[in-house]
This record gives sequence, C-alpha cells and structure tokens, in this order.
Amino acid sequence: MFHSKTVEIGVGLFVALGLAALFMLAMKVSNLSAFSGGDGYQVTARFQNIGGLKERAPVTMSGVRVGRVKSIDFDDQSYQALVTLDIDSRWTRIPTDSTASIFTAGLLGEQYIALEAGGEEQFLAEGGELKLTQSALVLEQLVGQFLFSKAAEGPKAPEGSKGGEAAAPAR
Amino acid sequence: MIEVLRRLGRTGLQFFERLGRGHLFLGYVLLGVPEVLSRFRLLVAQVWSVGVLSLVIVLVSGVFVGMVLGLQGYNTLVDFNAEESLGVVVALSLVRELGPVVAALLFAGRAGSALTAEIGLMKATEQLAGMEMMAVDPLRRVVAPRFLAGLLSMPLLAAIFSAVGVLGGWFVGVGLLGVDDGAFWSQMQAKVDLHDDILNGVIKSVVFGIVVTWIAVFEGYDAVPTSEGVGRATTRTVVHSSLAVLGLDFVLTALMFNDI
Amino acid sequence: MTVRGLCFAHGERKIFDGVDLRIARGKVTAIMGPSGTGKTTLLRLIGGQLRPTAGTVTVDGQDVHQLSREKLFQLRKRMGMLFQSGALLTDLSVFDNVAFPLREHTDLPESMIRHLVLMKLEAVGLRGAHGLMPRELSGGMGRRVALARAIALDPMMILYDEPFTGQDPITMGVLVQLIRKLNDSLKLTSVIVSHDVKETSAIADYIYVLSGGKVVGEGSPEALGRTSSPWVRQFLQGLPDGPVPFHYPAPDFLGDLLGGGSP
Repeated sequence: MFHSKTVEIGVGLFVALGLAALFMLAMKVSNLSAFSGGDGYQVTARFQNIGGLKERAPVTMSGVRVGRVKSIDFDDQSYQALVTLDIDSRWTRIPTDSTASIFTAGLLGEQYIALEAGGEEQFLAEGGELKLTQSALVLEQLVGQFLFSKAAEGPKAPEGSKGGEAAAPAR
Repeated sequence: MIEVLRRLGRTGLQFFERLGRGHLFLGYVLLGVPEVLSRFRLLVAQVWSVGVLSLVIVLVSGVFVGMVLGLQGYNTLVDFNAEESLGVVVALSLVRELGPVVAALLFAGRAGSALTAEIGLMKATEQLAGMEMMAVDPLRRVVAPRFLAGLLSMPLLAAIFSAVGVLGGWFVGVGLLGVDDGAFWSQMQAKVDLHDDILNGVIKSVVFGIVVTWIAVFEGYDAVPTSEGVGRATTRTVVHSSLAVLGLDFVLTALMFNDI
Repeated sequence: MTVRGLCFAHGERKIFDGVDLRIARGKVTAIMGPSGTGKTTLLRLIGGQLRPTAGTVTVDGQDVHQLSREKLFQLRKRMGMLFQSGALLTDLSVFDNVAFPLREHTDLPESMIRHLVLMKLEAVGLRGAHGLMPRELSGGMGRRVALARAIALDPMMILYDEPFTGQDPITMGVLVQLIRKLNDSLKLTSVIVSHDVKETSAIADYIYVLSGGKVVGEGSPEALGRTSSPWVRQFLQGLPDGPVPFHYPAPDFLGDLLGGGSP
C-alpha cells in the first residue's frame, strides 16, 4: 500500500461522483420533486370508459400535477371502471363536486386525469369519491358519431356525403 | 453409442460440479464479507482497482452512448414533431437499459477480466497456497474484499454512466440540434419515474455487479494454475459474465416493467 | 512429527502407498526422491491442504486431518512453509510481505511490527532490501524474503519445498547455510524436500528417500552413503541407468518403428 494517499483520495472521489450521479438521476432526471407518493390521500372515481389510462398516470388540476393514478379496477356490479387516485396531501381544498375527466396529452401522448374544481364548500378527503366523471374519448366512437350525425343530416348538402366518404378510410 | 452417452454424462456431471462449487464458493465468500467491513483499508484498495480504474472507460463510453442516443432519437422524433421528448427517450433508454447493461459489460471487460487474471495468477504462483499455510484464508483475505468492492462499484459506475449519458444526449440535443432546453428537462422529469425507472435501474446494476464479480472471482479462484489456464479463465469470465448480464437483463426487465 | 501409513491417490494414480516418517524435533530432516514422486504433495499433506486417502499425519501430538478448520489454522501459525516459487505476495513490498503474517494474526503496534520485520530480514541478510517489490528481487533473494516471512511468527517447524532448485552455486551456499543456522539458532524443526543430493546431504541430520510412493531408504547422510540398495545408490550418485530405467515404458522399439504399435 505504497500509494495509499492517492488510492484513498481516488476512491473517495469515485464514491462521491457515483453518489452525485445517483442524486442527479433522482433530482434532475426523474420526478422526485414533483411527487413522491405514499403521503397522500386516496379518492375514487368511476368512469364508463377509461380508454388508455394507465396506473401512475398523472392527475392534474389546471394543468398542475396534484397526484397520480394509484390503481385501476373493474367493478362488475356497475360495469364501470373504478379508478383510485392518489392526491398529494398538500392539496386539501378540492371540492367534492369536482369533475374528473380523462384527457390525452398531445396527439400521441399518454392519457391523464384532469380535475376541474366544482363549487361545493366541502372538500375531498381520504376515501372520498368523485361523482362527476367524463370518460375518455375513444377515436372509433368519435368517428362513428361523426358519421352517424352526418348520415342523419341527410343528403341535403353534397359536401356532407363527400366528408363521410373521406372519413371512412380513416377507420 | 455407449461412448457418446458416457461422454455426455461426464460433461453433465462436470457442469453440475462446477455449478455447485461456484455456489459453495459464493457462500464462503459471503461469510467473509462482514470481516472485510471491519478492515476498511482492504476494501478501499480494491474499490480503487475495481471501480476507480474502470471509471475512465465508463465515463467516455457513457458520453458517447448518450450522444448517439441524442442523435438517433432526434432523427426519429423530429418526424413526429416531438423532438421535445428527446430528453425522455435518452433518459429512459439510459436509466432503464443501457446504463446498467453497458456499464456491466464494460465492467466485465475491464474489471472482471483483471480480477480473474489477478486471482488466477496468485493461484498459479502459489500465493494463495502460501497464504493458506500462513493460516490466512485467501477466500476472506483475497476474494471477499474484491467481491464486495465489485458489488459496491458496479451501481456507482452504472449511475455515472447514465448521468454522463444524459448530459451527452443533452449536449447533442440542446447544444447542437437546437431542442428547447426547458422542454428537454421538464419532459424528462415528467416521464421518468424515481421508483419505476431509476430504482429499478439501480437494482439491475446491483444484480449485474454481484453476478459479474462473482463469475470473475470464481473463475480466477477455480482457474487451472498455469498461464494457459489463467488465460482461458479470463476469457471465460468475459464471455460468461456478458452472457449472464444480457440474459438476466431480459429476466429483470420482464419482472420489473411488465406489470402494467 | 510422525507420518503413519500415509496413502494418497490423485484420481487413478496412486502417489503414496503407505509412507512412514518420523521427524525429530530440532533436527533437519530431508525427504528426497526423483521428480514426480510427490514430494510437494507430501508437504501439502503435512500442512493439511490435502487430505490423505488413508493414514495419519501427527504434528506435535495433533492429528492434522482430524482438526477443525480453526484448530488447523492455529497449528499452521506454528508451521512455516517455504514454497518453491517463494510465493511472495506480488502487490506488497518486501517489508509488507514479511509483516503480512504479523499484521494478520497479531494486534501489535506498527512500531513493534517494524522492529520484528527488520529483525527477521536481518537474519536472512536482506534488511537493506525492505523497500523493494518482489519483482525486483532475484530468485534467491525472493526465497530468502519468503524465509524471513516464514519465520515471522516464530514457528516451531518449517517446511522447505525444493529450496535449492534453480539457484546458482553461491545462492545455494547461502541458502544451505541459512537453513542450518536458522534451525539451530531458533530451535526449529526443519523438513526439506529436495532432489539436490549434495546440498541436502550437507545439512540434513536424517534423510528419507522416497520412490514409487514408498520409503526406499533412510538414515543419516553417512549411513545412506554406504547403502547397499541399488536404487538409493543410483539416486544419490546420479547414475543415468539402473533400477530406474532411462526409457519410459514403451513397446518394443522395432515394432513401434514398423507401425505395429498404436501411435
């Protein structure tokens, strides 16, 4: 152990660098600062259709992340999707009549839940339920509805039938 | 026909013998680990030769891998007008896969082969037998510190690899190709999850560290004590540990990221 | 130390077949034999690194192969062994090599260790070389350092594995003298395994000659010199042919040349 000083300094630097790298990955690369989970309260919401929503998807209010989707289950009594949301304990003033909607971030992005505050004076707490929900928009249904409404309008405008034909291949 | 069966049987037996010996060996080494913790200097010296000396190759490779990811990711994403997601692509590929895997492969080539050669040569030059005759257990004195050092160094190396890789990707994406700096980081932070991605990456690198170091020290300790034997053992270390890393990576990925 | 009815087989090959040795305390005992008789194996059996198929090795009243690992290590601290290659730890300096057993087995303060190490190195005449690395030493110096290391814990017995092989005459002379001197001054029991007849006879008090896994001759060097056994005579005088044939067993030469034997 003749270069023991150099060795010790080198090892010290190495370990410090490694820990710094881990720290950077945790703080700068990942979303540690945004939400760490576990210290929030849980509320449930029922949706007719959740589309492509996944666990750990963000829950936002006014575009700000306030929590995440904890679990997704299917309720075979009501034939609805039962989604449990984990809301960060910092936000305690979410009205009970808030609306939960499933939106898509961007054209190809993942789906998330947006909460829109209601007017109620009572706030959500552990175990609460969001009654007002809006399902995810499913592309096929949208196209189907569009075609349906166009067909219902009848052949009064030539552009309409043209639009219907154009939309058909998109299916 | 009988001869073929006999040979097959012998090969099979040898395989199981080695497998068993390898696991018993691991057990003995693990028994020696607590003692190493009380002799910190031994560990420091080994972290130096296993970890610090692998640092340069890991740093350089990490930067280049990150830069390549930045370039390739940009070319693909720009077609979808989604080049802001470059940070996500770079960070996720590095943290989940390339960081642990490539760092482990480099580690096997740099530190694993050196460990095997060193221990094999110590065996060939009777240094291990000499220690035993001085009533010093070479498993505790020689192998255990190296094992522990490898196990500790590998996650650090993988983290460093990922971190400099992200910086390399950032340099190419933001610095050269003009991706928006804020979007690069914020998208990354929004999509990379501490538990799912980073922690699982660290777990991977710990597993790879254990496996690569285990293979390396075992091959060295089990080497035929001649120069040819040590050479073969060194080759085996690199081949076996690379295969083990890639195979285990699949298993771990399937276990970790397949639950949604 | 006694060895009784020792048998050892390496795979199919029998190396020892009932070897009996008695090694007297405080004496230099040599075990000689041609290459390949398993002399090194014998030392490893004595040191407990190998396990015999039959027979016992008793050192200081303890059966080496019945001891627990801990007891065996205790015993080994009182045995020094000098390997053929020296077996110095290549990543440590000469000083650290000699200090190695002290640091591993004692909690002595560093100043005391320094004292002891320099003393041991002085005994082998290499105190001036304490800062060198093993690769900077000649073969003979390496062996002397290894000797200093072997006596670092003040053992009661030292096993020498081929101490003279491959040394120039001067180094050999130095080693011969050292072994004798250390044996007498430290009240050691020395066991030398060697096939260098002249040097070994010069210092040994008692010699065993091994061949084919058996003891074929024993006695003091003078007694062995007058032996009637043709085998021992061939070995001691280095005759090319005798009971030990010059030719490795082979089929009839003519038949082999004509392609009769298998290649």
